[in-house]
Amino acid sequence: MPQHFALQNIYSENRLFLSRIVVIFSLILLLLTALIVRLVYLQISGHEYYSTQANNNRIKVSTLPPTRGIIYDRYGKILAENIPAYSLELTPELTPDIDETLTRLKRLLNLTEERVNQFKQQLPRHRSFDSIPLLMKMDDATVARFAVMQHEYPGVDIHARLIRHYPYGKIGAHLVGYVGRINEKELKALSETDYKGTHTLGKTGIEKTYESELHGSPGHAEIETNAQLRPIKTLKSEPPTAGKDLQLSVDIELQRIASHAFKNHSGAVVAIEIATGDILTMLSYPGFDPNPFSSGISTTAYNALQHSDQKPLFDRALRGQYPPGSTLKPFIGLAGLQFGLTQINTTLFCPGYYQLPNVSHRYRDWKTWGHGLVTLNDAIVQSCDVYFYDLARTLGIDRIHQFLGQFGFGQKTGIDLIGEKSGTLPSRAWKRQHKKLPWYPGETLITGIGQGFMQTTPLQLAVATATLANQGILVKPHLLKQDTPFNNNSTNPKTDLNPTYIRDIINSMINVVHTPKGTAYKLSKNIAFKIAGKTGTAQVFTVKQKEKYDAKKLTSKLLDHALFIAFAPAKSPKIAVAVIVENGGHGGTTAAPIAKKIITAYLNKNAAL
Amino acid sequence: MINETRPEQFENHSPATRFLSRIHLDSLLLAGLLLLSLLSLLILYSTSGQHIDTLLRQATRIAIAFSAMLLIAQIHPNHIKRYAINLYLIGIALLLAVLFFGEIGKGAQRWLDLGFFRFQPSEMIKITTPIAIAWYFSEHSIPPRWKEFFIASLLVAIPTILIAKQPDLGTAILIASSGAAVFFFAGISWRIILSSCSVLIALLPVLWHFMHDYQRARVLTFLNPESDPLGKGYHIIQSKIAIGSGGLYGKGWLASTQAKLDFLPERSTDFIFAVFAEEFGLWGCLCLLFLYLLITLRALYIAVEAQDTFSRLLAGSLSFTFFVYVFVNIGMVIGLLPVVGVPLPLISYGGTSMVTLLIGFGILMSIHTHKSLLPH
Repeated sequence: MPQHFALQNIYSENRLFLSRIVVIFSLILLLLTALIVRLVYLQISGHEYYSTQANNNRIKVSTLPPTRGIIYDRYGKILAENIPAYSLELTPELTPDIDETLTRLKRLLNLTEERVNQFKQQLPRHRSFDSIPLLMKMDDATVARFAVMQHEYPGVDIHARLIRHYPYGKIGAHLVGYVGRINEKELKALSETDYKGTHTLGKTGIEKTYESELHGSPGHAEIETNAQLRPIKTLKSEPPTAGKDLQLSVDIELQRIASHAFKNHSGAVVAIEIATGDILTMLSYPGFDPNPFSSGISTTAYNALQHSDQKPLFDRALRGQYPPGSTLKPFIGLAGLQFGLTQINTTLFCPGYYQLPNVSHRYRDWKTWGHGLVTLNDAIVQSCDVYFYDLARTLGIDRIHQFLGQFGFGQKTGIDLIGEKSGTLPSRAWKRQHKKLPWYPGETLITGIGQGFMQTTPLQLAVATATLANQGILVKPHLLKQDTPFNNNSTNPKTDLNPTYIRDIINSMINVVHTPKGTAYKLSKNIAFKIAGKTGTAQVFTVKQKEKYDAKKLTSKLLDHALFIAFAPAKSPKIAVAVIVENGGHGGTTAAPIAKKIITAYLNKNAAL
Repeated sequence: MINETRPEQFENHSPATRFLSRIHLDSLLLAGLLLLSLLSLLILYSTSGQHIDTLLRQATRIAIAFSAMLLIAQIHPNHIKRYAINLYLIGIALLLAVLFFGEIGKGAQRWLDLGFFRFQPSEMIKITTPIAIAWYFSEHSIPPRWKEFFIASLLVAIPTILIAKQPDLGTAILIASSGAAVFFFAGISWRIILSSCSVLIALLPVLWHFMHDYQRARVLTFLNPESDPLGKGYHIIQSKIAIGSGGLYGKGWLASTQAKLDFLPERSTDFIFAVFAEEFGLWGCLCLLFLYLLITLRALYIAVEAQDTFSRLLAGSLSFTFFVYVFVNIGMVIGLLPVVGVPLPLISYGGTSMVTLLIGFGILMSIHTHKSLLPH
């Protein structure tokens, strides 16, 4: 490139650049003028108007938080309500020195270090004129102690606020759940406008699941104040919309009966109204008192609950996963009938153990000396393991998996409660995926008696029981009482289960309770109706096959879980129940009486209605 | 030796100026920036409720930012040019990292946690994007034609879209405008400018479609502040009251009532201008605007004086972007523009954006003080 051309280029480039600088400079002047014009408009022409607003009157927008919806049980008993409580609140802009004030308050009212720190963390997310609670619930003594000294604490006031109260305390704790202070993580996910002025939200149970319905939406008031921020009058206000009241399908009285029926053991009870899918009782025992949570539970109290051996915070009914044990036998029996592999009267000799062809390993029956010659009916009534080992082997795991699936095993029931577990319904594919191993024939046998990989939640077991009682049509459980009655026949597909086979199995389950050889015969005393039931015993630990002989020893140490499923009245079933008593030993002894109490109470109440 | 500074260039200047040029600082820019920082401390003392702690923290940030400027000013523009594309690519990589591993703060994903400190890649992008565009144009014939225009547009669009996705509309606007400024200074033809503007206007409805709900809400609130009396609309109403009540002379330092008693949660950061206007009035505002104008003019002068295409384009873009910062922030506080979350340069409380701005000024100073002997 000739040099003069390059210079020419540089020259024209410089000129172009200069012209662009001039344009940009003009643009900057133009934009600057726009800013200045606007400033003149605000500060000169608008000065008087804005000064009036600024100096004489200030308009303060305050949020009117909504009242949280009330939760009722099926008969209108209050499970969660809002009660007024005195709270100690601090308004940052009216407090000269927040740190110093907090230090003095801490000494005066014996506040914990933790409470003060929690409060400090909350400060930044509030506007300076917000009144922020320091103590959610003050007892009378604290109110009095503060009231006397109040003049020394500018910016700190006692307010009456509504706090959540659970009249039934621990009886409904897992089910109803509780509200607690909004934490940092939750705050990010929440709508800022909807939760302005609200300090708590549903943390578990119904309170969490139906948070958006229960919460409502806040209103606001524009309040004119003088220069000292004293309110003069309300200019405009939009009232808050209260949260929706919810009516649950649960009968809290049944829940109470269930709770009192547990003594030293932990466990869970679920009762379902078969025709509607209404959950009547859903109890995890032991419970905990949800009330401290709504007024701000201390870390010490929370840790005590969290680390207690009995795990009171754990919702066993919804999230506990247990082997169903022998309570699975009616379902396996029905599968055998349905696939034409056995009849209700087909016999098998039970020597007390079962062997797979060409394998020396003996699968033991709980009755070491054997049940002798048994029919399928006998096998259910006496809970003979050998009969079901054989039946499971002829069924094979694929058919077992497919058949049990239609009773809801291995899948979430879809109940309207957050956190449900799905249990495990094993299959070849499941084992390959989770254990990276092929399926072994022996595992089919122990699946047939509800052991091994099989796991169910108490809720699932209750649903499966209700489904059996409902002629095999899957029952959908729910906690919210629905206005339109739920119709099993129209909303759910029919099953191709043979009604005769279902009747056979139900008869055997009646025999479990009402014939002397039945494992729950003790239950038949003093009842006016028939109960169909099945006991179960579930091993807590996966005992290695060779150690199977120790099963008895483990039972005597009370390490097995006791289970019982039942429905009644047997001929036209209304209620289905599943009970699990952890380390309760034999199902007929500890679990069955609890089920009986609930069934009796329910049937008595509904006969009277 | 074209990399050597020419000492005789400063012969007729004062000893202080000469010393400053030797450490590659520009005395006029430095004076303006220091004055702004001083003002910042002054107003923060008022907005923080006379907290010395806040002042100390801000002073530390100012010191860090000025050190960064001093450091950057030592780097010869040719070095910056050599690593332009690498810097750009690193910036994009970090942005992608934020997208996948970033921390979410206030509902937006902007931060990258490096363990020892948290880092906002979008800040780095504010500098590396104009550097990359300036480098690209300086490597091709000027003025750019359609082909160069498209490639450079892509270089701007990638970081802009990534940042708008975070979502951080304010920063995205600043980056797009810093890129656009390079285009403009590179002498892109008016025909291209007009046609791309019309395409952009046609794309607005599409953009609306892809906006986050809260971004739409901000735009709607801007159009009708009364619609959200509890939220952003309230900021605008309140900031107007504060500014308007300041009047011609203001209420005096520390005497703002509105700003202190009221409802501007961001009165130390994005809305600090409202406090300034209330306390110092229209005269104060005019002085502040004049100061900003002087700094911008000095920066533009450096661009005019720059010796090669790269430096010139980069300096032009940095100067203009600085002004855009000022305009967007003040425009937002006085209700001319939507609330997009851009701090007032060097005045607002906070460190990240100040460091970025002063790095930009460091580059400007480097361009001005690393002059080479050229045949005239």
